[in-house]
Amino acid sequence: MLTILFDGIAYGMLLFILAVGLAVTLGLMNFINLAHGAFAMAGGYVTVIALQRFGLPFLACLPLAFAVSALLGAVLERTLYRPLYTKSHLDQVLFSIGLVFMAVAGVDYFMGSSQQNVQLPEWLSGRTEWGDGAFMLGMGHYRLFIIGICAVLTVVLQLILTRTRFGSRLRAAVDDPRVAAGLGINVNVVFLLTFAMGSGLAGLGGALGAEVLGLDPTFPLKNMIYFLIVVSVGGTSSITGPLLAALLLGIADVAGKYYIPKMGAFTVYVLMIMILLWRPQGLFTRQGGK
Amino acid sequence: MMAMAPDSLRTSVQSTLQSSLLQPSKPKIWELLIWIAAFVLPWLLPQKALMINEIAIVALFAMSLDLVLGYTGIVSLGHAAFFGFGAYSAALFAKWVLPDPLLGLALAMVLCAVLGAIASVTIWRGTDLTRLMVTLGTALILLELANKFDGLTGGTDGLQGVLMGPVLGHFDFDLMGQVAAWYSISVALVLFLFMRRLVNSPFGATLKAIRDNRLRAMAIGISVNSRLTLVYTVAAAVAGAAGALLSQTTGFASLDVLAFDRSADVMLMLVIGGVGWLYGGILGAIVFKLLQDSLSAITPQYWMFWIGLILVLLTLVGRERLFKPWTWFGARS
Repeated sequence: MLTILFDGIAYGMLLFILAVGLAVTLGLMNFINLAHGAFAMAGGYVTVIALQRFGLPFLACLPLAFAVSALLGAVLERTLYRPLYTKSHLDQVLFSIGLVFMAVAGVDYFMGSSQQNVQLPEWLSGRTEWGDGAFMLGMGHYRLFIIGICAVLTVVLQLILTRTRFGSRLRAAVDDPRVAAGLGINVNVVFLLTFAMGSGLAGLGGALGAEVLGLDPTFPLKNMIYFLIVVSVGGTSSITGPLLAALLLGIADVAGKYYIPKMGAFTVYVLMIMILLWRPQGLFTRQGGK
Repeated sequence: MMAMAPDSLRTSVQSTLQSSLLQPSKPKIWELLIWIAAFVLPWLLPQKALMINEIAIVALFAMSLDLVLGYTGIVSLGHAAFFGFGAYSAALFAKWVLPDPLLGLALAMVLCAVLGAIASVTIWRGTDLTRLMVTLGTALILLELANKFDGLTGGTDGLQGVLMGPVLGHFDFDLMGQVAAWYSISVALVLFLFMRRLVNSPFGATLKAIRDNRLRAMAIGISVNSRLTLVYTVAAAVAGAAGALLSQTTGFASLDVLAFDRSADVMLMLVIGGVGWLYGGILGAIVFKLLQDSLSAITPQYWMFWIGLILVLLTLVGRERLFKPWTWFGARS
């Protein structure tokens, strides 16, 4: 039972890292971006290629995945996303679905449709067990590693958003872009950096999650709903909301699939609809927020 | 003379107002021609009858989404829920109860209307994102259920062995698909006339008011939630009819009737044809199917790439400019 809880937390932390970029674009910038999973997939494939073709060590692949996805995000933000910030939500949905379709077909063309494997290094593939009986806690080393990285990233992100100059500029740009621009903040650059950062984090999550979630060309479509659940259920006022929502989702999903395997993801969807019926703005929102 | 003026002014204002309001509901000559052409085509091109049948079905599906998306402004990513539910109910009815197509169609529509009325509770509140999530979630829940109850639905293998009886007791479905095409077009025509009446009625006007400004619509006394429920129920029933037509004319129902791709495709069709205009669904369905047919002939497995590219370009250029060629190269309007 504790093992399920542990796996759920690891899964939830992973989802949080994957979705936190989306929480910013969707929640703060009010842009419905269904293509977020494509950046995560990019990170995953960068890792696979770097590991298999160039033989880089696993730890070196992670920053590489982050950098490539962030660069990709920055380029796309400048060229394609920016003109759509002011368009209607329907346009944004159509645009990002189109982007997902292109990414899926493109990766299929270049990499093939089969599932890719990430070869983990020796020191991450073990497993430690404590206690016995119902309270036995089995911890895979890799999942422990994921939890560690994600926890550090969460703290760093929270500090950046609340304590640094960049964080306050971002919050100002989001609350009212015109006034922020009038105060001398270059709103476009702030959004560009934020978008790149979010894409990079998604890429890092994709690299970390390739082993847990599986990596094939349909990755963005399969996981899109999970990212969206994290953001819509978590609310968009802070990063604590998505974090708690991701943990809740991770634990519910792992436990649901373990105890009632016949229902699969059914429990998660029902839970999401109930929560959104009860609180349409998400669980954690400030009053009067967007 | 002076005393007469306000009165005559009032009547003239009234008559112009009336005629401009009634204008869109008058049947036009080109509309008649379109439907005549639709009925003649399966006879002219018997080898393409299967494709014409398919176009008629997706056109009906796209028109039902137009009620929700184009007229009421609700972005739904899960409209396939009703399409798939209608398809499975019609197929199961034909397999286990009675093979009569019209009875099955009616039953599928009633069941989908009930489902739509229940699901409409989920679109009452919240932002675009929330609605997107709950509509998508509804479709995914149905997909999971259809996958898990494989004893009833056949699971991933699909529901096979559906044998349909003749339409109205006379017209057997033939292998060429001509009867199927005529059957689908007739059903589409009847439902189209109903929807056309609906969107041009005062009820349709309140839907547009809700779409344009929900708060203002509430302030002038429109009861928003009951309108949403009603239009969602109607749209669900029509989408269910489209699904039922598909499973009846192909004698088969599989999980892809509920899949996300289907919801996305129908939205794309509607957008290509133009939202907020019932013929947009028909036009979009024709363009989409012809594109799919020709592009898949060149690169079968990468059809998805091309459709994605079309979507991205369409939104970047501005989909309202698609039908205004004079704005393509000039300054933005």
